[in-house]
Formats: sequence, structure tokens, C-alpha cells
Amino acid sequence: MIKLDKFVPYLYLLPALVFLLLVYIPIFQNIGDSLYNWSTFSPNKAFVGLDNYFTLFNDPVFYEALKNNILYAVISIVFQVFGGLIVAAVLEDKLIRKFSPIFRTVYFLPVVVSMTVIALLFSFFYNPEVGLLNQFLKMIGLNNLALPWLGDSDTAIYAVIAVSQWQSIGYIAMLYIVSIQKISPELYEAAEMDGANKIKTFFHITVPETKEMTFVAVILTLTGAFTVFNEPYILTGGGPGTSSEVLSTYLYKTAFSKDMMGYASAIATVILIITLLISLVQMKIFKTGKED
Amino acid sequence: MRVALVYAGLIAYFLVVAYPLLWMVISSFKSTEEIFNHSWSLPHTWLFENYVTAWNSGISSYFLNSVMVTGLTCILTVLVSALGAYGLSRFDFRGKAFILVICLGGLMLSPQVSLIPLYNIIQKLGIYNTHWALILPYVAYRIPLTILLIRAYFLSIPKELEEAARLDGCTNLGILFRIFIPMSKPILLTTTILTAYYTWNEFMFAIIFIDDDSLRTIPAGLMQFRDALQTDWGVLLSGLTISAAPIVILFLFMQKYFIRGIASGSVK
Repeated sequence: MIKLDKFVPYLYLLPALVFLLLVYIPIFQNIGDSLYNWSTFSPNKAFVGLDNYFTLFNDPVFYEALKNNILYAVISIVFQVFGGLIVAAVLEDKLIRKFSPIFRTVYFLPVVVSMTVIALLFSFFYNPEVGLLNQFLKMIGLNNLALPWLGDSDTAIYAVIAVSQWQSIGYIAMLYIVSIQKISPELYEAAEMDGANKIKTFFHITVPETKEMTFVAVILTLTGAFTVFNEPYILTGGGPGTSSEVLSTYLYKTAFSKDMMGYASAIATVILIITLLISLVQMKIFKTGKED
Repeated sequence: MRVALVYAGLIAYFLVVAYPLLWMVISSFKSTEEIFNHSWSLPHTWLFENYVTAWNSGISSYFLNSVMVTGLTCILTVLVSALGAYGLSRFDFRGKAFILVICLGGLMLSPQVSLIPLYNIIQKLGIYNTHWALILPYVAYRIPLTILLIRAYFLSIPKELEEAARLDGCTNLGILFRIFIPMSKPILLTTTILTAYYTWNEFMFAIIFIDDDSLRTIPAGLMQFRDALQTDWGVLLSGLTISAAPIVILFLFMQKYFIRGIASGSVK
């Protein structure tokens, strides 16, 4: 009877662990797959060692995709993390707080709408002739700014990134609101007594007191930027040409349009390495964050 | 003066966020011609039949598929996670720390990396092109966060309750279902909502693991819908509105739980 008891905790965890196999097995499988040349329909896999990686590191499209992911990350950090913090700080200010629930709810709405719906909606807005964006620009007299946003290889990636910002600022702002609400009000009262103005208070209290959340927000945003798929896939399919390609869309195309599964697995490994590095930095920062 | 400026900023941002969504709903009642020529105005006549057309030309089946996949994913995720969280919070056993790390580690892995092997596994399991091809991976990817959130809550339940129940002859499973689960309703609700939100909106697996149009969930179905209805903007926008509505309504009613879940999920 006592012996049987020993197994009890494992039995509770067994179903979860079985499911987690679906998360972990593919990770290792993918690394193995990247060492072969193979397609879905061919029965044989040809072992090629690191060849797929050598090809990848000489592939200009790979660098274009990576560059777009980096651009995504930089712009997203500026708009989502800085923008989100400012929005949260304003909404939590005591002069605004009375009306902030309605602002908060609306700002958060895009987060709950799926990116599929949002991307399809924005493809209407970006329509060169009848889209709202160009109509608006013409209305306010900026006729030369009315561009074919998604159809021009210079603007496509920015148009895609803009949609992500539109959706996600509210998310980060909400995280900051939760974090600001945990700051002791006495700190703000003391600053007010010292005669500090709003901007000073923001930099001397709000920013340092939400430092932990800033780390979280940066990590979330970075991970999001390096794994983004829906927005470019739906809005431009990575085009025109490869101008708005990101790693995930390139992975998808290589695997499911070109059926180069080994090569696609190598791209997936690169995504794995980037996201794991970000997570490692996160763990390291959190350790140091707890020491002080 | 400065306050006025801040309000102007807030209202400008409010409009930038609210107007596109409002435009979607308003334009879904217009004809394509009216959307092109009178983009900014209210519909001349409200074309409710756009919704009927959208519903009948595919949205109804996508919608029902999404309801089914979301429902099953939520039930399985929360049930399996509650069992696991109970195991992790109320027992001491060999390998506990390791299992906890495995659960935590799942949070860092992005689905893209698993896409190709998962595609093959799903084919080998013989569930490609069935709803299980979505449900099983969804549950797997939701378990790490859900276990951690439920476990944190279980840890806060006082040990005395458990001991008292045990004296009354309650079994382990009895304690879980009669004490832990009833006492944990807020966190179970939060995790259910988060799972529903993820499942209803998930796109990448949905376009790859299901091939048959009649089995597609809403996010994947909308792509099909767009390709079929390129020229009928009003109907297309009705489809988008129908697809977004359930989660938006859920959010408006359950804001507290939504925010709580998203906030605790990000910090942990």
C-alpha cells in the first residue's frame, strides 16, 4: 500500500507530461531534421551534415528576413515599451484616473481581436485607391504621401510593423498599469510635497519602480518580434518580392510551398537559438533583479 | 492647459484605436460600392443581409468548428493542468524540481520551431486534417502557463483544510475535486478565458494542420473567405465582425479575469 503511494504524485502529472512531449519532442526532432535534405513526399532523407546551415548563411533572403525581424524588434520596443509606459503613466495619473477605465478598455480592445481579423481589416485601409489611409492623407492635403503601402517594397515592411504596433501597445500599457498600481502612493505624495513636476516624477519614480515590468515587456516584445508570422503572412505574404519577409514566413514558404523540409528546419533552429538567447538574458536579468 | 493637451492626446489615440474597429462594424452593413464611395459615412440603408450572406457562405461552419475546438481545448487544458498543479503543489517526490523546470521551459519555446516535426507527428498519429490536429498541440502549448498559474493558487490554500478532509476519510482525488477545485474558481476561470482567447485566435497551426475547408476554424477560414469573396467587401467585413465578436464580448464581461491572467502570466 505504501509503495503504491509513491506513484501517486506521478500519476497526477502523467497527463500533463504526455502532452508536453508534443512541445519537447519536436524541438529535438527539428534539430535532427535540419541535418538532412528531405521533402514530405520523398521516402528517403539524405544526410548532409551542416550543409543546410552553410547554404542559409549564404542566402540573401535569410539576411533580408533577419533584418526585417530586427527592424520589427527595434520599432516595437520604441512604440510598445516606451509608448506603453507613457500611456500607462498618463492613465494612472490622478487627474485622469476618473476617466481612465473607458480609455483603458478601448486601448486594450485590439489585443483581444485576432490578428487575422486585424490584418484583413488593415488590408482594406491600405488599399491604394479606396483605402482609408490614402483617403485621409489626401483629405489633409498630403497627396504625395498617399502611397501603395503594401505594394511598394520600400514601405511594405513598415506598413506591416505599424499594424503590430496598433494592436499591441494596449497590451504592454495594461501590464504597466498593473505594475504602476503596485507602487506605493506615498512615493508620489512625497514627490509632490517636494514640488517635483509630473515629468520629474515620471522619471524618478514611475520609471525606476516599474523596472521589472520593463524587463518583462522588452523580453515579450523581442520574442514577439522574432517569431512574428500572422501580420506579414496575411498582409503581404512576405512581398513584394522578399521585401517584407521575416524568418517565420520564410520558414513557412520553404517548408510548405517549396517542400525543402531540411532547409526549413535549419531556419527553425535559428529561430530557436534567437528565442532561447532572449530567454537566457531574461533569466539572468531576473536573477540580478532579485538581488537588489 | 497642460491637462487639456494630455486629454487631446488620449482622445487622439482613442480615435486611432476605436475608429478602425467602428469602421469595420459600420461598413459591414454597406454595399461594396458604398464602402468605396462613401467610406466615412453611415450606411445609407443598413444591409443586414450582409451578415446572412456571410454566415451562409462559410462563416457558420468556421464558427462552429472554432466553438468545438475552443471548448475541448479549454476543458482538456484546465483539467490536465489542475491535476498536474495538484501533483506539484501537494506532494514531495523525486524529480519534482525537474518536472517544474520542464513546465517552465515550455513557456520559452515558440511554436514556429516545432512546426515541421509537429506536422509529421500529427500525420503519423493519423489525426492530420481532424480537429484533434489542433486541439492536442493547443493543449500542449497552454499547459505550461496554466499549470504555473493554478499551482501558485493551490499553494495558497491552507494545509489544514486538507488535513481535516483527510481525517474525515477523503481520498487524494476527493480532496482535489471537493476542496481545491471549488476553492480555485477565480484562477480556473482566468485560465479558461486565457485558453479560449488563445485558441479562438490561433492562426498558424490552424492553416497548416487542417486542409479541409469544412473543418477550418475561424482564423484559417477567414483567409479562404477572403479569397472567395475578394470583391464583396461588405460581406467580408460582416465575416470579420462575426469572428471578432465572441472574444470581444467575453473580454468586455470578464475584463477583471482577462487582465489578471495576462498580468500574472507575463510576470511569472
